[in-house]
Amino acid sequence: MRLKILTSGYGFGTKVLFAFIHAVSRQPVPDAAKLVFYRPEFYGAPMKEFTHEAMRGPSAWSVGDRELMAAVISKMNACAFCIGAHTATAARAYHDEAKVSAVLADLETAPIEEPLRATLRLLGKLTREHAVTTDDMRAVLAAGVSCEQIEDALAVSFAFNTTDRLADAFGFFVPGPKAFEAGAKFLLRRGYR
Amino acid sequence: MPTEDKKRIVHQVLVTRVLEGDGRAPRAERRAAFDNAGLVEPLRTLIDKVAKQPTRVANEDVAKVEASGLSEDQIFELVICAAIGQATRQYETALEALALAMTGKKGSEHASKDSH
Repeated sequence: MRLKILTSGYGFGTKVLFAFIHAVSRQPVPDAAKLVFYRPEFYGAPMKEFTHEAMRGPSAWSVGDRELMAAVISKMNACAFCIGAHTATAARAYHDEAKVSAVLADLETAPIEEPLRATLRLLGKLTREHAVTTDDMRAVLAAGVSCEQIEDALAVSFAFNTTDRLADAFGFFVPGPKAFEAGAKFLLRRGYR
Repeated sequence: MPTEDKKRIVHQVLVTRVLEGDGRAPRAERRAAFDNAGLVEPLRTLIDKVAKQPTRVANEDVAKVEASGLSEDQIFELVICAAIGQATRQYETALEALALAMTGKKGSEHASKDSH
């Protein structure tokens, strides 16, 4: 990590928590967790609440769908840490690694339903171009997606367009597949709080 | 549009917290990082990369800002404001487009009912 405070600027209680996480998961504490535990009153606490609500709160989208949205947004941002984390979490949530790989390889030919495809297309454009038009929204509504579902997807987009930027700006360490698997289990069991 | 979306309320709490709450960087500088506007070098380059090309942020960009006199805690806050600012512009632009599309939809539904 580029800032020393994000490696060593923690109080005694947080260090004990990190040691516990390390012991239970048998993996180093991910940099995403270190970020939200540093001065949590400034950013970590309100951001965790937002992300948990977007990813695990009430929604017509499944947890797998929302994790897939996070992976697609992160791929558009070329954020290696978040691609790894949310590809693993989406695959585990769906019990279908091939489906997630197919979407990340080619959204247009992947074996998913049209409402999800139209929504992922919208999130891709918003992430790439920083804006979408009323016509873009009409196309997603015409694909059978409700207004509430679009709102829910836009919340996922906010969460990961923020987190992806911070992962790359602060220089998150990108671990191997075992660490992402351990992280996926944690995120599906406990969410983002 | 649903009137009670908890996520939009929590988003506003988050934005207000990082811009208006206690911090080590001055509020005006946090606001400028959020807006990606009105900053001077070398902070301008770092913040613009966070907003537009985050994968291109380099150790050197952060080192230059530190050398200009900002502390790590101030950089932590300003980078967070920049990321939240860019993601907020995307979020709000998209919600506006959705609101317009829904208004148009209701209008056309009325029009088609009126024509029957």
